[in-house]
Amino acid sequence: MSDTHAHTVAYVRDTMLPPEVPPAAERGVIRWMRANLFSSWFNVLLTILGLAVLWSLLAGILPWFWNSVWVADSLSECREIRDALHGTGEEVSSACMAVITERWNQLLFGFYPQDLYWRPVAALIVFLAALGPVLFASVPRRLVWFTAAAPFLMYWLLWGGSIGGPLAVALGFAAAWGAFVLGSRFSGALAATIGAIVVPLLYWLLLTGPVAGLIGAVIPIELQFVPSKDFGGFMLSFIIGVAGIILSLPLGILLALGRQSNLFIINKCSIAFIEVFRGVPLIVWLLTASLLLNYFLPPGSNFDLMLRVIILVTLFAAAYLAEVVRGGLAALPRGQYEAADALGLDYWKAQRLIIMPQALKISIPGIVNTFIGLFKDTTLVVFIGLLDPIGMSNAIRADTSWQGINWELFVFIGLLFFICCFSMSRYSQHLERRLRTDHS
Amino acid sequence: MIKSVFLGTFAAAGLAAGVAGAATLDDVKANDVLKCGISTGLAGFSAPDANGVWQGFDVAVCRAVAAAVLGDSNKIEFVPLTTQTRFTALGSGEIDLLSRNTTWTFTRDVDLKQTFVGVNYYDGQGFMIRKDMGVGSATELDGATVCIQTGTTTELNLSDYFRVNNMDYDPVPIETNNEAIQQYQAGACDVYTTDASGLAATRATFEDAEAHMILPEIISKEPLGPVVRHGDDQWADIVRWTLNALIAAEEYGVTSANLEKMAEGTDNPEINRLLGNEGNLGEMLGLDAEFARRAIAVAGNYGEIFASNIGEGTPIGLARGLNAQWTQGGLMYSPPFR
Repeated sequence: MSDTHAHTVAYVRDTMLPPEVPPAAERGVIRWMRANLFSSWFNVLLTILGLAVLWSLLAGILPWFWNSVWVADSLSECREIRDALHGTGEEVSSACMAVITERWNQLLFGFYPQDLYWRPVAALIVFLAALGPVLFASVPRRLVWFTAAAPFLMYWLLWGGSIGGPLAVALGFAAAWGAFVLGSRFSGALAATIGAIVVPLLYWLLLTGPVAGLIGAVIPIELQFVPSKDFGGFMLSFIIGVAGIILSLPLGILLALGRQSNLFIINKCSIAFIEVFRGVPLIVWLLTASLLLNYFLPPGSNFDLMLRVIILVTLFAAAYLAEVVRGGLAALPRGQYEAADALGLDYWKAQRLIIMPQALKISIPGIVNTFIGLFKDTTLVVFIGLLDPIGMSNAIRADTSWQGINWELFVFIGLLFFICCFSMSRYSQHLERRLRTDHS
Repeated sequence: MIKSVFLGTFAAAGLAAGVAGAATLDDVKANDVLKCGISTGLAGFSAPDANGVWQGFDVAVCRAVAAAVLGDSNKIEFVPLTTQTRFTALGSGEIDLLSRNTTWTFTRDVDLKQTFVGVNYYDGQGFMIRKDMGVGSATELDGATVCIQTGTTTELNLSDYFRVNNMDYDPVPIETNNEAIQQYQAGACDVYTTDASGLAATRATFEDAEAHMILPEIISKEPLGPVVRHGDDQWADIVRWTLNALIAAEEYGVTSANLEKMAEGTDNPEINRLLGNEGNLGEMLGLDAEFARRAIAVAGNYGEIFASNIGEGTPIGLARGLNAQWTQGGLMYSPPFR
C-alpha cells in the first residue's frame, strides 16, 4: 500500500523548507532580555529596581566627573571656575580634579626626587619583565635568570647608591647554592640544607660590607642615593606589597611543610610562628615595627622603618599563606605521598615534583586572596606615619589650598588599587584555567 | 649596614630604654642634620607643598632651630609622626625635636619624661555651629548633638563643661577631623568641637563659610609647644632660646626686613645681645654669637611666621588672640636676653 497517498493527497513536498528567521520576540536582544531580565513578574520588578538604582548612581557620578575642573591652584579656585562655567544659581556638582593634576606625582611617588622619577618607572618595567617567565608559559624558560637578578636590579634602581651593595648581597645566594651543591655531594641532604642556611648567613653578617666595598671599587657604577624617607605614595604601597608577596610565598610554603613535618622542633617552631603571627592583628605588628623595635635597638642604630615594615608584613602574610598551602597539602590524597615514596624520591624531590605542583594548584584561589588582602593592607602603614597614598592624601588635605577635598583623592587612590588587585585576580583565573587537568 | 643591624639587634637587650642620654647637640652636629618630628598633615601647622617641601607653623620652629644650630634651615630630616608614634619616636632617639602641635600637660612633662621648652601656640577648645541655629553662646547648647573626636582630651573637656553648666548633649563619635567635617556638613550634628585653630581652619574650607560661626567660649587650655627629651638640658636650652629669640624679635621690632640693618648694631642693648653684637649669649649655649640672627633670618620673627602660616591673611585666618605679644594683651612673653 505504498502508493496510498498518491491517490489521497494532492501534493507532497519533496524538499526541505529553508529555516525561517525566528520571530522577533525569540531572537537577539529581545530574547536575551526576556530570558534574563523579564522572565517573570518578580524579575521584571527586580530589573526595574536595579535600573533605578543604577540610574540614580550614574546621575550623581557622571555629571560630577563630566564637570570636573582640571586646572586650578586651590579648592576655592575650583569652585570659582565651576561657578563661572555653570552659574551660581543651581547646584552643579563638579569634581575638583585639579588636585590630582597638581599632586599626582606625590600620590604616586611621595617625595622621591622629581628628576629621578625615571628610576621607579624603570624598576616597574624590570618588575613586569621579570614576572613574564614566572607567570606565563609562553615566555622562554631561560629568562628565569633575569627574574632572579631582577630584585637586586630593582633595589639598586629604587634606592641607588653603589652597585656593590646589591651585588654583594646577591653573592650570598650564590654562596647558599654552592654550599647546597657541595654539601649534597660530599655529605647528606641534611648537612646540605644546614650549610645552605648557615653559610650565607655568616657571609651576610661578616663579609657583605667589605665585599660591597671591593665590588664598588672595582666597578664604580653609582646612582644617586635616595633614602627611604623620601619614598611615599602608591610607590611605597607597591614596594611593600610586592616585596611582601614575593618573600612571603616561599616562607609560607616552608612553614606549611614545617607544620606537616615529623621533626619535633621544626614542627613546633612552625606552629608557634604561625599561631603567634596570625593571632595578632597586623596593625599591632606595624606599631611594633615602628615603636617597640626602637627601644630594643641600641641608640643611634637607624634600622630603616620601611625595611622593618616589609619584614613584619612578610612574616604576617607568610603565616596566613602557610595555612592556605597546608589546606592544599591536606587535600592531596594519601596515595600521592606514597607514590612519591614508592618511586624512591627523597623528601625535596617528592615535594618539588609531586606534592607541591598539585597542592599549590589547589591553593591558588586562597593564595591570591591572601596576596590581594596583603596588598590592600599596606595602607595600614598610615598609622605609623608612613606616607602611603592614604597618608599622602591626608598630607595634601593639610595644605590650606586643598583642605576639605575628599572624593577626588579617594577615587584616584581606589583606581590605582583596583587596577593592581583586579589584574591579580584575572591572572589567578587564567592560571586556574591553564592548570586545569580535568576534562569538563 | 646590614651587619650593624643584626649585631645591634643582639646587643639590644642590655641597652634598652634610657636611650641617647646627653649630647643631642653633638649628635646633631655630627650628623649635620636635625631630625625633627612633625605632624603627618595639619593645615597651617605642617603640610607638604606641591614640591614636597614641608611648610607650616610647627615646621617653622624646626627650621629656626636647624638654622641656629647648623646654619642652614634645610639641613632637616622631617619625620612625619602620628599622635601614637610621636612620644616614642622622641624617647627612642629617632628624632631630636618634636614640633607637632603637642599640648603641654602635667603627665606628658613629668610622667612621660619629656621636656616642654615653651609654647609656640596657645590653643583652646571651641565650638562651631550653623548661624541659623540662633545660638550666640556655648551656654545655650543644651540638648545639642555634638561631633567629637574619640579618645582625645577634647572629649573629656566637653563632658566636664556640659556637666559644670548643667546641660545635656548627644555625642556623635568620629575618628578624624575630615570625618567630622563630613558629618557636620551633612547635618549629623549641630555642633562640632575641637581646638579653635582647627575649627577656624575647617570653617575656612566650607563653601558657605559665612553660614557658620565659632562660638566665643573657649573651654580648655591647650598650650602647644616643641618638646625635647628629658635629661639633656643644653639641648632643651638651645630649642627654648631659639623659640624665645623669635618671640623677642617681634617684641623688639626685629623683622626679616630690617634684620640686616639691626644686626649692624643698634642703640638697644637687648637687641644687640639678641643678635650677637654684645655679650656672649651664643657661646653660653654652645653655639656661636649669631645663632638668633640666623633663626630669625629663616622666616622672620614670631609674628611674621604666624602671619604667613596661620594669620588673618591666610585661608585659615586666625586672629592673634592669646598669641599676641604680652605688650599687646597676649601671652607671648620671652624672658630677657641678658
